[in-house]
Amino acid sequence: MNMFERQPPTAPTRLSHLWGAIKSDKLALLALCIFSFYCLVALLAPFLAPYDIDNPAFMDLINGELPPVWLGGDAAFFLGTDVQGRDILSSILYGTRLSLTIGIGAVLIQLCLGICIGLLSGYLGGKLDAFLMRYADIQLSFSTMMVAIVVLAVFQSMFGGAAYQQLAMLMLILVLGVAEWPIFARMVRAGVLAEKDKEYVDAARILGVSRSRIMFRHILPNTVSPLMVIITIQIANAIVAEAALSFLGLGMPPSQPSLGALIASGFDYIFAGAWWIAVFPSITLVILIFAMNLLGDSLRDHLNPNGGWR
Amino acid sequence: MALLTVEHLQVDFRLRQQTLTALYDISFTLSPGERLAIVGESGAGKSLLGYAIVNLLRQPGYISAGAIHFHEQNLTKLGSRQWQQIRGKKIAMIFQDPMVTLNPVLTVGEQMVEAIRAHQKISAQAAKQLAIHKLSQVKISAAEQRFEQYPHELSGGMRQRVVIAIAMLLNPEILIADEPTTALDVTIQAQILHLLKQLCEEQGVALILITHDFGVVSRIAERTLVMYAGRIVERGPTLEIINDPQHPYTQGLLNALPQMALAGQRLNQIPGHMPSLGEHPSGCAFHPRCPYATEKCRWQRPRPIYSGISTVACFAIEELLAETNLEEGDDNHD
Repeated sequence: MNMFERQPPTAPTRLSHLWGAIKSDKLALLALCIFSFYCLVALLAPFLAPYDIDNPAFMDLINGELPPVWLGGDAAFFLGTDVQGRDILSSILYGTRLSLTIGIGAVLIQLCLGICIGLLSGYLGGKLDAFLMRYADIQLSFSTMMVAIVVLAVFQSMFGGAAYQQLAMLMLILVLGVAEWPIFARMVRAGVLAEKDKEYVDAARILGVSRSRIMFRHILPNTVSPLMVIITIQIANAIVAEAALSFLGLGMPPSQPSLGALIASGFDYIFAGAWWIAVFPSITLVILIFAMNLLGDSLRDHLNPNGGWR
Repeated sequence: MALLTVEHLQVDFRLRQQTLTALYDISFTLSPGERLAIVGESGAGKSLLGYAIVNLLRQPGYISAGAIHFHEQNLTKLGSRQWQQIRGKKIAMIFQDPMVTLNPVLTVGEQMVEAIRAHQKISAQAAKQLAIHKLSQVKISAAEQRFEQYPHELSGGMRQRVVIAIAMLLNPEILIADEPTTALDVTIQAQILHLLKQLCEEQGVALILITHDFGVVSRIAERTLVMYAGRIVERGPTLEIINDPQHPYTQGLLNALPQMALAGQRLNQIPGHMPSLGEHPSGCAFHPRCPYATEKCRWQRPRPIYSGISTVACFAIEELLAETNLEEGDDNHD
């Protein structure tokens, strides 16, 4: 056995391996570039946007429904304006910022809940494990959209429009975050079950390392790579879910439009000829989601032990 | 005063339909600084005994009877908090395969510093100094450099040295080594054994060496326990046991060593195989494989007696003793 030394169960430098794999995969690299570009744009939206959409001074009904520049619109509004005369380009920049914030925020909550519950469930096992996993099953059997629609509708009617407008983003993050933690919890638990009987865990226990440190410091790092895939896919899902909720009028209010809310507000005018109000945010959303799913897929390919990336 | 006393220890596995016993009535003592070997084929329960001592039995295994005394404490009655004070600090354990006992995602240094700081409130810098000191104690060259490396960057022997260094970090009183050299090749094996012996001698650490290899035992241990199917069948000073094994099983084990075979002959082996858990034969568990087995062995369990050389549980020896009119030793004679 010593002549052909067994590889350690997991390679510690896998993130750099992963980067190497992505670099050689052109499609994945493109997806990563697009995602990074979106993140950059979202971060810098206040500096990039020609107009501050929060400032009512830039709303002017006289400029309403101007088409994009190349269709004879005003040069000041590259992608045209919506009914209230807001610049579509600026709205999209701010909308991307909101959508990404909500998507990433929701996934962070999912991740925190999922990791904690998955670790506890997998490592401690027994009745706690049975209870938590059955609870996760029950929660997964309700569709996220259904839960979100009910919670948000109740919230909206209880607190009224004004309070809702202020808390909309927080509520969306919370609802989408809490609704989908079981996906992460299951994945983490599966990883923990595979790792916890390995001897390095015994070795850590025999050294007197505390339970929580064993869970978070020894086992968790050995289970993260499959999480990378779900993180990307889940961010995309959360953004889509938020867009859908906004489209239904349960998401972001028109005063702080996310991409979904922009599409919703433009939807009414598509047949009136002002198609650009809905179409440009839609294209933005589709490209983002497409890139994230592509990234998730290629991560899955490269992290799959049967895919042979080592 | 014994450092560790195991009294009538029994380990059971509680399964859905039945409860199986894996270790029966294990008793032995370990003095400070003593080196004790536990020998047997795989399945004899020797690793299980090691795990039972440090309370790391996996479900559904549990200690169903007996006591383990360490100093004045009964280890079988401790809570997890108290265990954290003992494991690593007072009793350390090293495992067979250094490939899997080190966490692949943490550097050697991180794992060592963590172990130190789990027990002592000292600064990260001081912990690092101590860790590097321990690494050089186990004869690791360029210790400061190794400190920063990941386990997969080290060779097998180097890794086992790191494991030993980690076990020795907090100057434990007992070190349990579960087949520490089985995963290593022969030359490295000798070095590691030498290192273990030297460290234990220098620092007065008591060693429990779990192994199937009498070659390893002879180099290190002062006393030996031979286990078969969950029981201790023979115990005594290592040299005496190796020179004049009493129990047929011990004789078989020693005869099976390649050194004992003559050139051109087949290697000796004990016929049959270790019974699996739940299929332990009645009477003397070894009787189906024993060349001296009689009808009595099938139905009655031999009690340990002192043969003048070692303490053995075997009817054949008992009869031999009776014939030669040797005085029977009492059960507890070690």
